[in-house]
Amino acid sequence: MNTTTFHKDTWELYKSLEMSKQLTAGETLAKLGKNHPEIVAMSSDLSKPTRLWDFGKEFPERFFNFGLAEKNMVTAAAGLASTGKTAFVSTYASFLGVLAAENIRTAVAYPNLNVRLIGTHTGIAMGFYGTSHHATEDISITRAMANMTVISPADGAALAELIEESVKTYDGPIYFRVSRGREEPVYKRDAEKVQNKIGKANTLRNGSDLTIIACGIEVNEALKAADELQEQGISTRVMDMHTIKPMDTKAVLQAAEETGAVLTVEEHNVQGGLGSAVAEVLLESGISCKFKRHGFYDEYSLIGKPYYLYQHYKLDGAGIASVANEFINK
Amino acid sequence: MTKTSSVAQNTIELIKEKAKMSRLETIRLISLAKSGHYGSSFSSSEIFATLYYHTLNYDSKNPSWKSRDRFVMGKGHSAVGVYPILADVGFFPKEDLDTYTQLGSPFGDHPDMNKIKGVDFSSGSIGHGLSVGVGMSLGARVDNEKYRTYILMGDGELQEGQVWEAAMSAGNFKLGNLVAIIDNNKVTVDGNTEELMNINPIREKWESFGWNVVDVDGHDVEELIKTFENLPAVDSEKPTAIICDTVAGKGVSFMEHGYEWHVANLGEDDIKRAIEEIEGGN
Repeated sequence: MNTTTFHKDTWELYKSLEMSKQLTAGETLAKLGKNHPEIVAMSSDLSKPTRLWDFGKEFPERFFNFGLAEKNMVTAAAGLASTGKTAFVSTYASFLGVLAAENIRTAVAYPNLNVRLIGTHTGIAMGFYGTSHHATEDISITRAMANMTVISPADGAALAELIEESVKTYDGPIYFRVSRGREEPVYKRDAEKVQNKIGKANTLRNGSDLTIIACGIEVNEALKAADELQEQGISTRVMDMHTIKPMDTKAVLQAAEETGAVLTVEEHNVQGGLGSAVAEVLLESGISCKFKRHGFYDEYSLIGKPYYLYQHYKLDGAGIASVANEFINK
Repeated sequence: MTKTSSVAQNTIELIKEKAKMSRLETIRLISLAKSGHYGSSFSSSEIFATLYYHTLNYDSKNPSWKSRDRFVMGKGHSAVGVYPILADVGFFPKEDLDTYTQLGSPFGDHPDMNKIKGVDFSSGSIGHGLSVGVGMSLGARVDNEKYRTYILMGDGELQEGQVWEAAMSAGNFKLGNLVAIIDNNKVTVDGNTEELMNINPIREKWESFGWNVVDVDGHDVEELIKTFENLPAVDSEKPTAIICDTVAGKGVSFMEHGYEWHVANLGEDDIKRAIEEIEGGN
């Protein structure tokens, strides 16, 4: 694939693949595959856009393309896991966490199997493809399942680290939620140092007036927002809550006590998602603080190119800063 | 079919007895629960007994033995007919069955792989089983294991779209180590399958998905044995569907063919009649 120049709006498939540098599941599994014969992977005709194919190229005998049959794929992954495999499944989040929800619940979560689901192009990343291709419910859905761990990494480096941990030391089902992979990274890749651990929030910036708790691609936007807020005199803590379940409650409570105001930001409906999960922790703690959830407010997204949609829904840095400013000064 | 020797005759008699035991225990266990799946368990009794006393390769003292054959019930609601067999072959003590459906019991209406030794996969959501089997068969291939995976499905189950996703993928992946057993008892909860939502012709559907198809009388133990003994080689390229012609409620005259007995609770007199008929049956 030649390096091409492209417009930020492009959706041409192969340019898109080239741009999706943060979709690191396939390359990570390819790296781990030799020492971990238990890894198998599968997709449903989206192995290239999800970049799981990077594993399939290296280990064709352990890679299965199920065609457009997600329910069968997820359930077969459970069957594979029952034979001792760690089964990685990846397709667009709308066809995984939403379409195959019952299969995930009954065949994966209930038997508590080592199936790792990676929903890509989540939230509104599919832009003008429309609501059928958006996933603004998958956190709520998977979070409601007992045994399920729910992780929304900030970038490709984080995804790679968390997948590696999940292969080496973690048991049980995980739902990973990632975007289309062409976003700006938050973490600098460092072979010497693990920067993301399952269940441990990362405080990326300290602040005393407000804490923004974000997940997924909104972490980077929250950092941009913190810069703007700093200029407005609002000292903002930014927390990457990549693991939504089980949540790092200690970090949440500490932030609430120390900054007195918490704003959650997610590319997801505010019902049942990250914001709801944080709210549950706060309300049950008895700690009093200002609190607001930011995301989609019980609505389906407009049609548009992703770049403009994030602006429209105030899910870019400037938008989050404006929401935060209004919230803190209310 | 020269394999039906005198030894096999003994086996046939043993399996018939064990099928009877499964039916009798089903009646006893359902009487503890006060509700259960008689009809669809009785249609599978000979299939269960043939699998566990003849066909399946397993070690009840080592339930997670990696090379064992797998058996998954797509029609998990027939579990009550399998539990007594699992106990009888030594996976757990028979007394454990007395807790059936009571608070905290491992034994519910549908089987749980994490609670019951010998259950290879949890089931209950109709239509999942064959997909699980596809995964198990792929797992066997990846590990170069020679075991087979058997999936029992009801004819009503074939109404689930996922079954055909799984059938397509099994054909596509050339899973000669996968066997679908269809308990074609011709009834579902609400009525007769053909009238309610017709899934016929069954044979042609499986053939068109690239499967090897065998028709058999699902209550004829000798035929079942022959069918299982003559399956294509594990490393052949076509999965096999065994379509078992069965009778819902088989063995109890007033239940036979009746969809009303899919889920029911027998009164004391009926229990007595049913036990007499089963004990006196062939």
